[in-house]
Amino acid sequence: MNHLPILPLLIPFMAAAIMLALGQRGVAHHRAIGLASMLLGALAALVLGVEAGTGTVLVYALGDWRAPFGIVLVADRLAATMVLLVYALGIPALLMAMGGADRLGRHFHPLFQLQIAGLAGAFLTGDIFNLFVFFEILLLASYTMLVHGGGPERARAGMSYVILNLVGSAMFLVAVAFIYGTLGTLNMADVAIVLPNVPAGDLALVRTAFAILVGVFLLKAAVLPMAFWLPHVYSAATPAVGALFAIMTKVGIVALLRLSVIGFGDAKATEGLLLPWLPVLALATIALGTVGVFAAKRLATVAGSLVLISSGTLLFAVAFADVPATAALLYYLPHATLATGGLFLLAGHIAERRGELGDRLVRGPCVGDRVVVGSAYAVLAVGLASLPPLSGFLGKLMLLQGAGSAGWQPLWWGALLGSGLGVTLVLSRSASLLFWQPADPLPAKPTGAGPGLGLFLLVLAGPALTVGAAPAAGWARDASAQLHARDPYVAAVLGDVPDIERERRP
Amino acid sequence: MEILLALGIGLIFACGIFLVLRPRSFSVVLGLALLSYGVNLLIFMGGRIDRIAPPLSLPGATGLADPLPQALVLTAIVIGFGMTAYLVALALRSLGETGSDRVDVGGPGDGAGEDLNTLRAEDRADGAADRAIDDGRGGGASR
Repeated sequence: MNHLPILPLLIPFMAAAIMLALGQRGVAHHRAIGLASMLLGALAALVLGVEAGTGTVLVYALGDWRAPFGIVLVADRLAATMVLLVYALGIPALLMAMGGADRLGRHFHPLFQLQIAGLAGAFLTGDIFNLFVFFEILLLASYTMLVHGGGPERARAGMSYVILNLVGSAMFLVAVAFIYGTLGTLNMADVAIVLPNVPAGDLALVRTAFAILVGVFLLKAAVLPMAFWLPHVYSAATPAVGALFAIMTKVGIVALLRLSVIGFGDAKATEGLLLPWLPVLALATIALGTVGVFAAKRLATVAGSLVLISSGTLLFAVAFADVPATAALLYYLPHATLATGGLFLLAGHIAERRGELGDRLVRGPCVGDRVVVGSAYAVLAVGLASLPPLSGFLGKLMLLQGAGSAGWQPLWWGALLGSGLGVTLVLSRSASLLFWQPADPLPAKPTGAGPGLGLFLLVLAGPALTVGAAPAAGWARDASAQLHARDPYVAAVLGDVPDIERERRP
Repeated sequence: MEILLALGIGLIFACGIFLVLRPRSFSVVLGLALLSYGVNLLIFMGGRIDRIAPPLSLPGATGLADPLPQALVLTAIVIGFGMTAYLVALALRSLGETGSDRVDVGGPGDGAGEDLNTLRAEDRADGAADRAIDDGRGGGASR
């Protein structure tokens, strides 16, 4: 069997285990192991991407137990893209943390590796209960990383974040229990086969189960009624952690996308579960995020609200799950994740330079070496505000064209363009507060090699996605077409088991 | 039997949700523990109610119990236990850092206004009462 699909999550797991076994031997060991693991994992993710790029769906049966009886990892183009994105965001975040943030508390590096493993696993798994387990792995690591560094603000943010997610996990399990109780399977491809033939008596229960599951994914994605926790939680974390968190909402979004396309299909039980209310909530989330951007008092809170806007934007595309909308989503998602992560890192750099003022958006002496920091800010801001010529503009253009049927177009265009205008205004106002002040600039402060390189990599992501827009968009189209074809996925997972003998359930 | 179990699980969930919505971290922790009990029972019931069927194939057994919910519930128990332990540790740390075990109070200047002030006043009153008790005990021990 080809062991490639499990490597992107096995490598960080092993690294975390080795670090914990080594104990407190000084942070230098941890840094070396962590960086080596991230680079190896990224290499594995790249090879996985190349393999998945040929159009085959790689399936890895854990312990060689075949689906639907065992747990499978499935690497199609979508999963490979997301795993690669995890590493593309993780490496800069780790480099940023190496600037000294990892010394603020114990066990930063093992937890970081566990979070990477959880993220990669959540994107790769093809089983609903296994998805729950990987969610818990990444959440448990994130709970601890959030309060890393201590302080009352983080402790308070940590409490609300942990309680909210524990309730979410309980609801996830309720959905799992109902799905298993009614369908008798938790494998996503198998669910797709069983779902159209649900007996009429179970229909309501199955529908409830999937409604709860969708609700849980929306909580993770921070959609409107459940979105208020996100900005203050993300901005309370240390910059490196905040940057890594930028991908956590995307776990919920991609899980929802996969479930709605592969699992739901055209089954009667799940008909109309997302439309028409998900687009409404998504648009409201965009509006809330825009208001949040205006209300933000710190640059990190601006970044947190931008996460909300991108969540709303992506979920609107998920609601209309068709090939062009998904292709636009898959082009926009990496851009939005990397650019928001970059803004979190930049907020950290600016806070370091401004001393007591931190990254608060108030008048003060302007940041030293403003040419370097200012140009990084400019590139990120152009990407985040979706102004031409960078990838944010291209992504939004694809989304405007691809997502939403006729009736939704005015609202959709209004929300996207309005939020773009709002973000442009706020980011330019912040720039004048941070970089254009009459007072003497603060003395330039040399940045450590790690944090500088981390920020540089994320700033570079926008131009890279712009220069490589044609291949990236082509890849996104292929990934979307592969996802929506459904049959290759189901056939690859269930293999040549033509008719699984199902026990009759009382 | 099904009705009884369903009602029982529903009651546990109702109590859990009520406690989670309370403002103090202790009742929230209890509520989450109740929620996870309810969830565990629910998963267990997903395998149907059966009395004598073994989960393994044994000679003489007429049927098999579904072993998967038992495996799922085991995983869920372990995860829930770890999470609760972490939450308790975090709640203690939060109490130490912020001086309050309220889970619903935002940062300073969050516009909570009067409610915030009354909560703080209550906290102070509670704290004063606790200190009085502590002093009493301390005095007793020294004498």
